[in-house]
Amino acid sequence: MILLLLMGFGASLATAFGEETIESLTAATDMIWLVLTGSLVFFMQAGFAMVETGLTRAKNTTNILMKNLMDFCFGSIAFWMIGWGLMYGSDKLGLIGFSDFFKGPMGDPKFYRDWFFQVVFAATSATIVSGAMAERTQFKSYLIYTVFISAIIYPVSGHWTWGGGWLSQLGFHDFAGSTVVHSVGGWAAFMGAIALGPRTGKYVKVNGKVTVKAFPGHNIPLAMLGVFILWFGWYGFNPGSTLSGVSTDIARVAVTTTLAASAGAVGALIFSWLWFKKPDASMTMNGALAGLVAITAPCAVVSPGASIVIGIIAGVLVVLSVEFIDKVLHIDDPVGAVSVHMVNGVFGTLAVGIWGNMDGVAVGLLHGGGFHQLGVQALGVVTVGGWAAIMSWILFKLIKVTVGLRVSIKEEMMGLDLAEHKSEAYSGFQIFSNM
Amino acid sequence: MKLIIAYIQPHMLNDVKQELYKAEVYKISVTNAMGCGQQMGYHESYRGVDIEVNLLKKVRIEIGVNDNFVKPTVDAIIKGARTGEIGDGKIFIIPLEECIRIRTGETGSVAIG
Repeated sequence: MILLLLMGFGASLATAFGEETIESLTAATDMIWLVLTGSLVFFMQAGFAMVETGLTRAKNTTNILMKNLMDFCFGSIAFWMIGWGLMYGSDKLGLIGFSDFFKGPMGDPKFYRDWFFQVVFAATSATIVSGAMAERTQFKSYLIYTVFISAIIYPVSGHWTWGGGWLSQLGFHDFAGSTVVHSVGGWAAFMGAIALGPRTGKYVKVNGKVTVKAFPGHNIPLAMLGVFILWFGWYGFNPGSTLSGVSTDIARVAVTTTLAASAGAVGALIFSWLWFKKPDASMTMNGALAGLVAITAPCAVVSPGASIVIGIIAGVLVVLSVEFIDKVLHIDDPVGAVSVHMVNGVFGTLAVGIWGNMDGVAVGLLHGGGFHQLGVQALGVVTVGGWAAIMSWILFKLIKVTVGLRVSIKEEMMGLDLAEHKSEAYSGFQIFSNM
Repeated sequence: MKLIIAYIQPHMLNDVKQELYKAEVYKISVTNAMGCGQQMGYHESYRGVDIEVNLLKKVRIEIGVNDNFVKPTVDAIIKGARTGEIGDGKIFIIPLEECIRIRTGETGSVAIG
């Protein structure tokens, strides 16, 4: 009896599948895959929020959380209105896309799928900046910035690589966005931190010599949770960028992503341990994220061994960069966003030209490809970096002369929670707000 | 010997520490405190509802000093904490009966310095 039932069930299954074509099943799988991985990438917003909250002071917590929420919300609407059209609209001279603004309903359901998958990447690029500009930026100025990066800065350079623009025509390879997403956000973060100036009391001049002070983050557990959430979200970021649920690269990308992140943390741990004599927690967290950023471009074209090498270099690089930016340049980046996203975004993009070993996609220096791919990658790094840096510099300067960029010293000392939002993050707890 | 107790604005603590350091007063105890004086309260807002906060965050500084250090210490605190606005704080000076250094058992002026 049971056997008969089972047979009947099997037969009905077979007829059901018989009506489907391979194409429609592939389309369905792609749809599920991109919406699922897009959701994972969306969750990285929570990771950014936690990392930035944890690595800054308690009196600015509400402010930084609000920035992380609202850059997605304003950014996603701006990306729908203008950003998508500039990035994926019909190509004009390889420089920008120009169509499909304020996109209304359309026949092809693939549009919704692709838009959703891309908007979370745009938002990732935008949210990188809030960490570097933490604890001293006016809330309204940040909101203005976030509309412009999501509507214009990110989509234009994104079009060059992912929208069929001139860089992609040259063979520039950036699988999931070391350059397109991370270095664009990283450069904007760098420009923002310079335009703002350091937090009051960060660099103190004593007898003509500048002393660097540390402002310890107030919640390391939250910062660590944020790192884990970001790492988890990266399994949408990189494997999702196969753009197909039936791609045979999905697992490979997940493997290289995992190994590079681990190696990044190991590299930063050992390097900071040797240098500072103690295994530094926040540096190691930055190391894991640095490995993830660096493997984002080459994750589909390198071997597992190469991904470990890339990760370790990224981990060392992030420690060196944090120290250089803080102690030599005296530019105040409270969470290390510039070192993680800009420096390692650049490194990861170049890594494609060194360790790439995928025929017809990217063959790097070490696999007999010569300097060609490396040169194309470097061109992409310079042009996209230049675009993002110059545009965001102009943007921040314009904001500065119109509505102002920074809060007053008194508001900064009081904390942005009370000054900007009139409420505290930890009501009922006594915190040292003088710190 | 005197015990100097000062209540100051939390964000002026760093300046006060700097001034004390310049006046060669290196010993200090600091605690978080809440209180209200002439400054009265301020208003916070939660989900659109007004909250009157009348106990303000303050920092309490305690320094035990020998008599000849009272004036430099007080001057330094004033120099560091004064902005001229209501809420700058207050300094109290009270006589100190005894001071004992636990490690050595020294007492009085020697122990305090």
